[in-house]
Amino acid sequence: MIMQRTLRGAMVASTIAAALALPEPVVAQETQYFPIASSRVGPYSAMGTGYYGAQIDYLNYVNMNGGVNGVMLTWQECETEYNAVKTVECYQRLLQSDGQKIVVFDTLGTPGAYAVINRMRDDQVVLAQYGYGRTDAADGTVWPWVFNAAGHYWSQIAVKMRFMAEQEGGVENMRGKKIVHMHIDSAYGREPLPAMRGIAEAWGVEVVEIAVPPPGLEQQSQWLQVRRERPDWVTFWGAGSGMNSTGMTNAARIGFPRDRLIYVTFGAAEEDMYPAGDSAVGTYAMANALPGRDYPLVKAIQEQVYGAGQGNLADESRIGSVYWNRGLGAAVMWVEALRNAQEMHGKVGQPVTGAEFRDGYEALNMTEARLQEIGIGGMVAPFQMSCEEHGGAGKFAVMQWNGDKFVRVGDWQEPLDPDYIRQLITESAAKYAAENNLTPRTCP
Amino acid sequence: MTEFLFFFEVVLAGMLAGTMYSLVALGFVLIYKASSTFNFAQGAMVFFAVLAFVGLMELGLPFGVAFVATALLMVAVGYCTERLVLEPLMNQSHDTMLMATIGLGFVLEGLAQAVWGVEVRRLDLGIGDFPIPWLVDNLGLFVSALDVTAGVVAAALIGTLALLFKYTKMGLGLRAVADDPGAAASIGIPLKNIMLAVWSAAGIVALVAGMLWGARAGVQFALVDLALKALPVLIIGGFSSIPGAIVGGLIIGVTEKTLEVYIGPYFGGGIEGWAPYVLAIFFLLYRPEGLFGEKIIRRV
Repeated sequence: MIMQRTLRGAMVASTIAAALALPEPVVAQETQYFPIASSRVGPYSAMGTGYYGAQIDYLNYVNMNGGVNGVMLTWQECETEYNAVKTVECYQRLLQSDGQKIVVFDTLGTPGAYAVINRMRDDQVVLAQYGYGRTDAADGTVWPWVFNAAGHYWSQIAVKMRFMAEQEGGVENMRGKKIVHMHIDSAYGREPLPAMRGIAEAWGVEVVEIAVPPPGLEQQSQWLQVRRERPDWVTFWGAGSGMNSTGMTNAARIGFPRDRLIYVTFGAAEEDMYPAGDSAVGTYAMANALPGRDYPLVKAIQEQVYGAGQGNLADESRIGSVYWNRGLGAAVMWVEALRNAQEMHGKVGQPVTGAEFRDGYEALNMTEARLQEIGIGGMVAPFQMSCEEHGGAGKFAVMQWNGDKFVRVGDWQEPLDPDYIRQLITESAAKYAAENNLTPRTCP
Repeated sequence: MTEFLFFFEVVLAGMLAGTMYSLVALGFVLIYKASSTFNFAQGAMVFFAVLAFVGLMELGLPFGVAFVATALLMVAVGYCTERLVLEPLMNQSHDTMLMATIGLGFVLEGLAQAVWGVEVRRLDLGIGDFPIPWLVDNLGLFVSALDVTAGVVAAALIGTLALLFKYTKMGLGLRAVADDPGAAASIGIPLKNIMLAVWSAAGIVALVAGMLWGARAGVQFALVDLALKALPVLIIGGFSSIPGAIVGGLIIGVTEKTLEVYIGPYFGGGIEGWAPYVLAIFFLLYRPEGLFGEKIIRRV
């Protein structure tokens, strides 16, 4: 008995001693991997450096503050040059890293989004189109893996037309007016037309469509047509600061008033305005994320991330610019979706799968209070997602360029008839489903 | 506005746009005259030159100093191209040279963005791009001072280069090199010096073209695509003709503007991107040497 006790004691003692002698067990740090399909060179570099720069800055900021419930965020970057073929290549390259698959993909461009959109279902990856891309993806029953949060093009054109109506003194005063839709000659340029034509017909407005061949540095004949048409308003749907700035200089050359010219969100950045100089003054532009440095989160990133010398922008003065803030808005949604996914699936402190991330995305409820808490209250419009509603707020703000910066004009606005826009989306998505033999899912 | 006045304005806009295309086409012609090679890097040279010019101005250099410094930089680019690319590929096929210029274009694009960054810059030449009030008030024409300047600069450059190549020894040497580099070298024409001079001249032309385009559209990567605008100009004017560059530019400018305004709406608009190429194809079918190009007669 004594022998047994002694033996047992010796074994316990030796086990404790062995345990003490061993190095401390290494607890693997949980990570969640994100793809950055950036476009830092080429004609859309101004957009890409700002937008993706902000995403990386925010991921860094989250990591500096302990990650998402302890899960550290990792990422890999791939250069697409805003080219659809290279976007597919980058998607393939970024899809997996260290055994972990991406849960979200963001192309920052309609051509790239269309190039990968049909892979999302099979790969179980969320395509987060932040204010761009395929509009009828707002119908989550047909497009379970695609979102166009922060508003889509049909809402945007509807808000533009609402703004025009307000300037004219009401919808009743729009009858007989003429609007030129000048757009880059691509699917992106024509994307808003179904909604625009429908609203115009209902209001008794004439729409004249004028296409500009890419890259859009030559627009003289188009603006001569504008001069002949004598429209009341021009909506400009350009891509790349070359086309966008040329639009304003040409408007100035024919004496078209800039306060009758409204730019799309992808022509609404400081980089689009600067090259046009005085010709840009007075131009209206749409925003789904307002510029500015006074938002607490923007200040915190500047202090913490850039203070530590880890900022992604080469030119720090671009913090708070339109594209940087837009990228920040997009990245905030990723992190919020991840947080939701962890909580919904009992995986707090653990990485999530694409399907779980999708659930987290659909559970996004960015109330004004939550946006304030995050530190971007007022920068983006409050919104809520659901299984059916993948389009977010559908709200936009109008800004006006004063020669130095954008000045906000009015509050966040939604289309005057959101039900009509939703009806268009549902019809378009149903048509797609029928053409592709898809059975729309049933939402709870 | 009467329809006739509008038509006149469309034609005028086409001519003004055409002179801008001519400036870009001129750089291609210079290289083609010397080496019978289509220099795919010309668009990148436009971008490289004007980005360097704006970058130097941002560093605090005055306008004139920045211009001279950039011109010297383009001479250096020409020198490096001659020494590192052309000389090792001398006597290779034209296809090889063509591929080399494509590669050179990518190098210049990347280098420019790596050195000066990718931000879009504004270039203020002090020349307004607003309608000249007198023309608006008296003739109802919306022509800007920048339009007029572009036309004058293009005409002056083309005139100077045409005279230079017709009446100087270097011009004569250039023509000899273009006809038969081997024979030209055997009679003592300094091939290397001529190539260097031509690439330097093409670089300086690229700088001027970039400055005028940059003043209108901002200094940015999209300027690289201007090469695509110059191609039909060259096919119509002739790849080796300096006057052909301006005539081809005017034809393309007027054709694309009139077609866009009067025919474009029936095709959904945006036809000026491809309409010049349709015209160019007709030229390739019926007059492949272009209006001013040399007719090549080969012995069978």
